[in-house]
Amino acid sequence: MPLSKDTIEYVSHLARIELDAQELKEFSVQLEEIVNFIDTLKRIDIKDIPPTSHILPVNNIAREDKNRDSLPADKALLNAPQRKESFFGVPKVIE
Amino acid sequence: MQEQKLNSFSAHALLGKLDKKEITPQDIVSSLIERAGQVEQRINAYVRIEEAGGLSLAGASGSGRGESKLKGIPIAIKDNICTEGYNTECCSKILRGFKPPYDATVIKKLKQAGAVILPVKTNMDEFAFGSSTENSCFGPTRNPYDPERVPGGSSGGSAAVTAADEAIWALGSDTGGSIRQPACFCGVVGCKPTYGRVSRYGLIAFASSLDQIGPITKDVQDSALLMNLIAGYDPSDSTSVNIEVPDYTKSLFKDIKGIKIGIPKEYFVEGIDGQVKDIVWQAIGKLKDLGAEYCEVSLPHTQYAVPVYYIIATAEASSNLARFDGVQYGYRHPVQKSFKGQSLIEMYNMTRGRGFGQEAKRRIILGTFVLSHGYYDAYYLRALKVRTLIKQDFDRVFKEYDCIVTPTSPTPAFKIGEKTKDPLKMYLSDIYTISANLAGVPALSLPCGFTKKGLPVGLQIIARHFDEETLMRVAHTYEQNTEWHKIKPKL
Repeated sequence: MPLSKDTIEYVSHLARIELDAQELKEFSVQLEEIVNFIDTLKRIDIKDIPPTSHILPVNNIAREDKNRDSLPADKALLNAPQRKESFFGVPKVIE
Repeated sequence: MQEQKLNSFSAHALLGKLDKKEITPQDIVSSLIERAGQVEQRINAYVRIEEAGGLSLAGASGSGRGESKLKGIPIAIKDNICTEGYNTECCSKILRGFKPPYDATVIKKLKQAGAVILPVKTNMDEFAFGSSTENSCFGPTRNPYDPERVPGGSSGGSAAVTAADEAIWALGSDTGGSIRQPACFCGVVGCKPTYGRVSRYGLIAFASSLDQIGPITKDVQDSALLMNLIAGYDPSDSTSVNIEVPDYTKSLFKDIKGIKIGIPKEYFVEGIDGQVKDIVWQAIGKLKDLGAEYCEVSLPHTQYAVPVYYIIATAEASSNLARFDGVQYGYRHPVQKSFKGQSLIEMYNMTRGRGFGQEAKRRIILGTFVLSHGYYDAYYLRALKVRTLIKQDFDRVFKEYDCIVTPTSPTPAFKIGEKTKDPLKMYLSDIYTISANLAGVPALSLPCGFTKKGLPVGLQIIARHFDEETLMRVAHTYEQNTEWHKIKPKL
């Protein structure tokens, strides 16, 4: 299944990554090769095989619904590229 | 006779000297500083070292109390493990300047045990995406045994500092072999614990169902020591398992009589370097001399491990790296108000486009693709089912055998630049290590010989879930009956 430049552009839009023309060209070739390689999985019979998304038999781990200390706002904002009072400042989103 | 320098000792040997008050923790660090002064320019294993004013204890954290378990022994930490107040950047431009507001659980545990955390972190492939430490924004680390070659990756920095005696020991992380393969290439011991054995809280995530933090050390005893301290249940990590941590040092007895070893035939097919094959078979012969029995076994889905991994790991990575968008930390690309508006989206696109390196972008795009509408079933879901088959291969073998022994890597360390033009070639170098991550089983690499060019060869031991004790026992017995662990690079 070839990965066309259109597919790469579409996927990079989903991933919110701006690729330049050179990258689009290179990735198209490289990712096509990789996808051809991972296509070898199509040969295997997976009928009735359950998927393993998590290796250990642990499920639905939750903690008690009790109030406890959390990271103070000042610490959480320490690395903010832009801080506005107790918020992360970001550019406007204009509809 | 020249006295052996402190930096060249193992941690357990230094503990003895600290106990007898023959030396102080500062003496150890001074020795490391002197060594870094001699070799670091050639190796490039520590990052941002000039910014920090060199390797020193200035600003280092950890009490180093005399009565503590570790008595102030310093430890080097990979750049993807959060250390409060010290830069932790995953060797990526997009996390430039990031100072975590909290310590990873393993760091908390090490401090409580009296370790001193070196403030200068070790080099790695950006976000752990790589098998050579060539994908770092700080340039490649060089192999102490041959600076024209890679140290392996992604924990290449941690392995190189340990091998070059620029550190006593180090922590790395392993998602598809990133502790074991660099340990192999650098002639040191690297252990990937069972998935869930060590807390991932504070490890900047690559693939959440595969990642584990583990020790990189000069010998197996140090590995057992570190495992004792970092393993254990953590309520902050919902994937950590509440199983008691045994004393791994109690497994360090030099006896493997009756241990049954499986040798998977799929790991000795075409593609393995002839010298690596011979050296590993000699090591297997040695294990037999030491009392173990071995037999050929089959892990029939081995050939599918790499494609399965590059679907699952990249899919998980695409999700985990969505948080790097310029909003909360790190690099933010400046945007003008664009003609179409949507400045925020432009900020995301440009921050990620400029902030991530090539391999990071490649993997995120591949991961997004395999999860996208129309491809999810054919790729991601299918890979999860093949993962079940890979795990079942191990379950079957472990019904009869105590451990599995293989080469850690099909080749010794390759030259810098040799595989960078061909990502697929680079991915295939993980072929022996990846399955253990997919199955969640623990695995360890230790040195078992050298090629004619003087490059280290690694032996990999794989055990059942939560049976790191067998790993330590077999590895320690082999190590103590050979001399490989005493050999150092001629730097």
